[in-house]
Amino acid sequence: MMADAVKTLETVEAINWNRIQDDKDVEVWNRLTSNFWLPEKVPLSNDIQSWATLTEDEKVLTMRVFTGLTLLDTIQGTVGAVSLIPDSLTTHEEAVYTNIAFMESVHAKSYSSIFSTLANTKEIDDAFRWSQENANLQKKARIILDYYHGDDPLKKKVASTILESFLFYSGFYLPMYWSSRAKLTNTADLIRLIIRDEAVHGYYIGYKYQRGLETQSAERQQELKDYTFELLFELYENEVQYTHDLYDSVGLAEDAKKFLHYNANKALMNLGYEGMFPSSVTDVNPAILSALSPNADENHDFFSGSGSSYVIGKAENTEDEDWDF
Amino acid sequence: MTSAVSESRPVGTADPQDPRPTDARLVYFSSASGYTHRFVTKLGFGEGETARLPLMTRDPTLLATRPFVLVVPTYGGGDGKGAVPKQVIKFLNVKANRDLLQGVIAGGNTNFYEAYCLAGDIISRKCGVPLMYRFELMGTPEDVTAVREGLEGFWA
Repeated sequence: MMADAVKTLETVEAINWNRIQDDKDVEVWNRLTSNFWLPEKVPLSNDIQSWATLTEDEKVLTMRVFTGLTLLDTIQGTVGAVSLIPDSLTTHEEAVYTNIAFMESVHAKSYSSIFSTLANTKEIDDAFRWSQENANLQKKARIILDYYHGDDPLKKKVASTILESFLFYSGFYLPMYWSSRAKLTNTADLIRLIIRDEAVHGYYIGYKYQRGLETQSAERQQELKDYTFELLFELYENEVQYTHDLYDSVGLAEDAKKFLHYNANKALMNLGYEGMFPSSVTDVNPAILSALSPNADENHDFFSGSGSSYVIGKAENTEDEDWDF
Repeated sequence: MTSAVSESRPVGTADPQDPRPTDARLVYFSSASGYTHRFVTKLGFGEGETARLPLMTRDPTLLATRPFVLVVPTYGGGDGKGAVPKQVIKFLNVKANRDLLQGVIAGGNTNFYEAYCLAGDIISRKCGVPLMYRFELMGTPEDVTAVREGLEGFWA
């Protein structure tokens, strides 16, 4: 891997953070490092009582969802983000990918923290066995891995962005659902840290894809766009099956699918494309959206309001040292 | 335009850092990733009606010469620090700009929990103007319609 990286950069280059080619590298590095966290900081054991209130079906579902997420984070940490390093245009971009790879390994490990807090060894082993035997989960892992092992730098970035911004969300739906029901709320807090990280990862890899795309011919740009939509659709069809595998037992598949559509559109936007799902199928359950972001559900549409009252932001966090007034 | 410049600039100064006047009704910031630029472009206003703040903080900022609405993306997403881009802070540190600010529209990503569109909340509170609308990334077609029609009605 190192040898490849050196070859791409032509000469062996020491990273110089005082000479920057792309400001986004520094901006994203700073954001990622300031967002750093470890699962030990989240009081997961406060969820033990809540876990005991779940039915057996709900417990099995939750374990399966988290093993599925563990599998994706494992891929992204040890293969995905690492496979992007040789294609980097700057040494700083390489450094950002090493950060992303490490955080994906933190994410993968944090599911094990959840498991060991809530479940016994047999339940954990059963869930991991299910993740190896579920055809749709294995298929999505295989599709993504094929691109990571391929030799097209831009297609790798498309696959990676789709993983970061779309493939996780069939799983992320469930802790947001539990949170909206005031269950497993500490686990949800941990998942929200992962969701936050994945947004920065998808944003950055998608940004690098768009910078690379600009340098391509019109024909190649069209080919990559077609490829992106085809890959997303292939993964989407598989994801629908996987969502039914998981959620049919508790009757949540249709609700979860809206969350998939919503996030598929955001994955496309991270790659610079307009969404492909119409608003009629991206109407995420407000309770789920509110668990994801408490502000998202508030009506801030000043324009359609009565006009007599409007919301003044209530944010407390400001950087007063930067403001003169 | 020319008269606006001479009125708003103190006599006898020609500092290259002096804000550049603009009579746009929609002022926005968008970083190199360009999501907010894409959103504003989709609104379909005429060329002179929108103005983009300079990408580099060191470059002179803009000076509004008529009432305007500000569109900003949200940075950060952790503890809320750094949510408002530095380029926007520089622009709002000019009192004349704050005086003409009518409202703020914020971009963001719901993945950032309470920090979703936080830049809009901060500017709304600090400047005492309404947070008019929130959108994600480059905005959906519904967002574009709501903001275009909303602004047209607001300015009518």
